[in-house]
Amino acid sequence: MAINTDKNSYTVIFAIVMVIVVGSILAGFASGLKPLVKANEKYEKMQNILYAMNVNDNEGPNDVTFIPTDRVEEEFNKYITKQLVIQGDNITEDDQAFLIDLKKEETLAKEEGYTRRLPLFIGEKDGKELYVIPVRGKGLWDAIWGFVAVDKGMTIQGVYFDHKGETPGLGAEIKQRYFMDDFTGESFLNGNAFEGITVAKGNNDPKNTDTSDNEVDALAGATITGDGVSAMLKKDIRMYVPYFQKLNQ
Amino acid sequence: MGLLSKKDSKLILDPLADNNPITIQVLGICSALAITAQLKPSIVMAISVVFVLGVGNVVISLMRNIIPSKIRIIVQLIVVATLVIIVDQVLKAFAYELSKELSVFIGLIITNCIIMGRFEAFALGNGPWRSFLDGIGNAAGYGVILIIVGFFRELLGSGTLFGFKVLGDPVEKSGLYAIGYENNGFMVLPPMALIVVGLIIWVQRSRNKELIEEN
Repeated sequence: MAINTDKNSYTVIFAIVMVIVVGSILAGFASGLKPLVKANEKYEKMQNILYAMNVNDNEGPNDVTFIPTDRVEEEFNKYITKQLVIQGDNITEDDQAFLIDLKKEETLAKEEGYTRRLPLFIGEKDGKELYVIPVRGKGLWDAIWGFVAVDKGMTIQGVYFDHKGETPGLGAEIKQRYFMDDFTGESFLNGNAFEGITVAKGNNDPKNTDTSDNEVDALAGATITGDGVSAMLKKDIRMYVPYFQKLNQ
Repeated sequence: MGLLSKKDSKLILDPLADNNPITIQVLGICSALAITAQLKPSIVMAISVVFVLGVGNVVISLMRNIIPSKIRIIVQLIVVATLVIIVDQVLKAFAYELSKELSVFIGLIITNCIIMGRFEAFALGNGPWRSFLDGIGNAAGYGVILIIVGFFRELLGSGTLFGFKVLGDPVEKSGLYAIGYENNGFMVLPPMALIVVGLIIWVQRSRNKELIEEN
């Protein structure tokens, strides 16, 4: 080929053409696949909420299997009876609660005069009323989040945790059954006061037989992720305490 | 190999053993440390690298005569980054579960020096078909080591394989744990990956003395 690839003008033109070509390929992919990705995210959230309510396809004792995506919408509408948005003293029933982005609300709440909108999902499973609260916090490397299903008395009925980039084999284990299942039966309250739940290293209770100590057994090698889970639960669940107090009056 | 000539099949088979990118060329160590605490991510990382390096080598090889040499490294980086983003997007749309499990690792592919190394050393000077074979071969050689390291680290560190408790239950003291066996917690930490890779290098070189470098 007789192109002089060493010329400056050629290099500049090549770079420009390359950027345009690559840019349009990627833009095409991103916008072409966006509806699919959005739908996946929506289904995932539904699956997570249902999982916290113990609606799942689990088989073995270590299995974490969600309701499959083709059934999830139907099951979600069946089990979730009400979606609430709590903003200060205002409680409104709103199907849009599902769309509230916790990260955005957290940022907005830092501004003065803004009262954070808190989504709450109320569902029924086996005749029991369950309140599913979304939570979001920080792990070691990146965001961690989850859904906590509690009953009227703020006793945990089920949880689901997830993370963006915790270390595989260590912090990433927060989404394993043996960790999540420990939370069931623990209460956020100590007496009548809110205490939260601590992921504790030295509670000498690896099988979690004591469910009244506000502690669950920590993961070895994942101290900071575990502390992140404790902090996330304390911070986010606390905001719902007034609602539950009113509920029990 | 009926389909490939002797020279071509060498391109695939050499990196698997005597010219392995990890144990002989000592490339790609960083990601080998990061993701081999468990077997499953090791395998998916291996597959992703096979795709990116195979396709990337072909793209670079097709463009080899028109890439200005002054900016060739940047062009190579763009090709890797583009492929990696496409893999990421496609996984997100069609295999969401898998993509969540791998999010960090997929990004890590960009930093894998084996990829840049093969672009620079092979694809820039060879035709697309040979480059494709070279890419597949090197990525497979990388993947094999990843899988071996991942196997031992998960087995000895957590007592599991693919998450199944193959050695018994450490809390309930069943299986091997009943007779006093303990998991080696050090295995799940990154330094052990380096030591396991070192052991592989040792075994390989003591079996084939020609590989030992002279100082």
